[in-house]
Amino acid sequence: MPAYVTLVLVLLIGLASFMLGRFRARAQAFSQGAPKAHSRPPYHGWWAALLAILPALALLLAWQIGSGAYLRDQVAGQLAAVSGADVNTGPTLVNSLANGLLLLDPPQDANPPVTMEALAPLLAAKGVTLASGTQDFMIQIAVEANAARALLSWIGASAALGLAIIGGVYGLSQIAVRARARHKVERFVLASLFTASSLAILTTVGIVLSLLFQTITFFGQVSPASFFFGTVWDPRFAAAGSGGSEGQFGLIPLLAGTLYIAFVALLVAAPVGLMSAIYMAEYASRPVRSVVKPALELLAGIPTIVYGIFALVTLGPWLRDISAALAGGAAFIQAQSILTAGLVMGVMLIPVVSSLSDDIITAVPQAMRDGSLGLGATRSETIKKVILPAALPGIAGAILLTASRAIGETMIVVLAAGVAAKLTANPFEAMTTITVKIVNQLTGDLEFNSPQTLVAFALGLTLFFVTLAMNIGALAIVRKYREQYE
Amino acid sequence: MTDITAGAIPVAARPPRRDIGIKKRYAAEARFKAYGVAAILFGLAFLAIMLGSVVTKGYTAFWQTNITLPVTFDAQVIDPQNKRDEDPMILIKANYDKLAQAALLAKLGIDPAEKAVVAKTKGILSDSARIVLRDRVTADPSIIGQTVEVSMLASANIDSAFKGQIDLSVPEARRKVKDQQVEWMKQLASDGSLAEKFNTGLFTYGASSRPETSGVGVAIVGSLMMMAIVLVLALLIGVAASIYLEEFAARGRLTDLIEVNINNLAAVPSIVFGLLGLSVFINFLGMPRSAALVGGVTLSLMTLPTIIIATRAAIAAVPPSIRDAALGLGASKTQMVFHHVLPLAMPGILTGTIIGLARALGETAPLLLIGMVAFVADYPATPLDPATALPVQIYMWANEAERAFVERMSGAIIILLAFLMVMNITAIVLRRKFERRW
Repeated sequence: MPAYVTLVLVLLIGLASFMLGRFRARAQAFSQGAPKAHSRPPYHGWWAALLAILPALALLLAWQIGSGAYLRDQVAGQLAAVSGADVNTGPTLVNSLANGLLLLDPPQDANPPVTMEALAPLLAAKGVTLASGTQDFMIQIAVEANAARALLSWIGASAALGLAIIGGVYGLSQIAVRARARHKVERFVLASLFTASSLAILTTVGIVLSLLFQTITFFGQVSPASFFFGTVWDPRFAAAGSGGSEGQFGLIPLLAGTLYIAFVALLVAAPVGLMSAIYMAEYASRPVRSVVKPALELLAGIPTIVYGIFALVTLGPWLRDISAALAGGAAFIQAQSILTAGLVMGVMLIPVVSSLSDDIITAVPQAMRDGSLGLGATRSETIKKVILPAALPGIAGAILLTASRAIGETMIVVLAAGVAAKLTANPFEAMTTITVKIVNQLTGDLEFNSPQTLVAFALGLTLFFVTLAMNIGALAIVRKYREQYE
Repeated sequence: MTDITAGAIPVAARPPRRDIGIKKRYAAEARFKAYGVAAILFGLAFLAIMLGSVVTKGYTAFWQTNITLPVTFDAQVIDPQNKRDEDPMILIKANYDKLAQAALLAKLGIDPAEKAVVAKTKGILSDSARIVLRDRVTADPSIIGQTVEVSMLASANIDSAFKGQIDLSVPEARRKVKDQQVEWMKQLASDGSLAEKFNTGLFTYGASSRPETSGVGVAIVGSLMMMAIVLVLALLIGVAASIYLEEFAARGRLTDLIEVNINNLAAVPSIVFGLLGLSVFINFLGMPRSAALVGGVTLSLMTLPTIIIATRAAIAAVPPSIRDAALGLGASKTQMVFHHVLPLAMPGILTGTIIGLARALGETAPLLLIGMVAFVADYPATPLDPATALPVQIYMWANEAERAFVERMSGAIIILLAFLMVMNITAIVLRRKFERRW
């Protein structure tokens, strides 16, 4: 029986327990001479349903995991007994063979032909193609594995259903007028709410551990010093399984490219975003603000892939052609360049800077403005000499936060910055970034034991910690500043 | 002292006005204001140019050139030995290209014997013509022997030429559409057998190596699957977490830790979530690559902080008097939250969720890492089947060289932006309609 059928049945038993429990509680509560009920009838129903569902689900999950591991172990054991079997690829082959056999029509699926030659056409007719390494003796193992799997799943399903029924019956038997069903249900609700919120911690731990684990494996093959201080990035994609070809994994060119592009982006985003925030907060009339502000926020709602494509298809070629016209010959701006990527990323970040600094500027107390204006300063003088100095730490925090967004941005640089990892100071040339290389290393064939794949996790961990440090710093600055006027 | 004898008192010349730089200051004021206007105009102009360039490049993708020809389903070509009753594969393997070509030659009035001219007609009809004809025959074998008007796609090059996207002033040798083909195209267009139709294929096809038969249908299904997963997971977990943090959590180390974590997760680069998905779901838990399930769960984790932050704001906006009233009437804390606070906070929660979903829909980077960059031609039936997503499909087309793919890509961007616009407008309407000011 497939697991999802069992799941549905368990849920149905839970539903039945709920209905019966509610009915029984109601009957008891409304019977003659009953004392005042502790909980309303649905709570009794819920409690019975929880008792029916939860233990059964836990059992089902544990059984699934356990039986899967047991089967893998069995198959591996049988393969090891046969001489000439490849222990590495064997289990996978047997597994896909067993899955294929399940699709065959009844007389064949339990008793298939004993040679691959006879079996392959049957499977092909069902749309299953097997790897060439599949051998005749694997058929027998696969048949046995299928039988064992069917038996185990029947045992698991009946155990889970039995447990569900026992739980439901027990829950129903617990129903009494003075039983504290509501307390029990509410305790469960609270526990699940807490579990949901602790998922945030779990995610962070998951990110750090998964990156760290792969990074440590990577550093087992490449020394940390050559990663962090290497100036050459040349991973040399090895053909699958050939091994031995050592690449160079220097972080410096990628880090330099990342920072350079982020710097160009901030050169665009910081002044433009800040000036538009100032204009919105201090000059714009209400009708202008109500139109322009959402329009600028549209920039934040457009997916970054659209920015990237605009840079790749329109802006990059346009800048190249302009530079060619200016130089009167060869273009000095490449179509994929630091300038293009930085410019487009800067525009993407304008709403980030402006909405953050808008909050900070409006948080400056009105009394400071009034004081300055009352002394005869013009509006711009008030802004430049009173508001901005007062808001400066907050704005610095906002820009730091924006910079961390710029460093982690992926799609724009993947499309517009280029893939050549080199060190250059010329903004018209292509440079590459950490995020681009993560994408490059992880699209295509993956081998979780080669440094070519693992380096992406080391890059990701670096990226994670750099942005984390910037965010924490920025939040600390912003928070500290905000408290000043409260 | 009394020297004032000489006539009238001299009127002191008005001293020149002391220069306090007022003009300069006003000029500086005007300049400063102009900088502000310039900054805003820069942003708006960029937005307009970007959207304008996408629309002008992409709107043509919604029309596709079709060629309607009277095709004779010649039994001699399809089934020369008349064995189709014994072997149904004959109808599938038959030479439908020949049928399509014969129909085209007949229409253009070309003698099939002139091999040199015939060779030039290749590349007018799309390669998909044979699939159209095959499907006609397998659906209804009695069609064999008849002559029927069949509408087939033109090839991508003819499509581009017909839309005027190919510069015909370029020397013939350097373009993909030859002069002779353009002549024929005009000839077919003049009698109405070649015409542009609304491009339904863009919405129904999957990935294809031929631009004219590639579309975003499969990608949209993949995206919708992922959005459904994100909606269920992120909304349930997000709301539960927010309720706990806003209503139940005691101030303490653990709560602070959770809050700091949520705020930091909101700022973690999206690509890191892709690394998490790859290493935990695919490598560690052994889930299939390119599956909508993995994509959905990864995007859920990414969207969760956004939804939690919006939900907490919505819950915090419900006034304490509601809580006090519920508790005062004897409701338990759980009843107070689920019966009173949550329904009142619902519009705000939904708004936040839709905005989070819109972000997840446009997200590309994490999906690249979990193998959604896949050539998927068939619709995924379950979330475990290989699937791709709308933005990933756009990314893949961006890497194609052919002009016709750029058109498709811009069309797909228009579709993506339309989806996002609908979602955001829904969010705004929800907020306007249901938001209560306390």
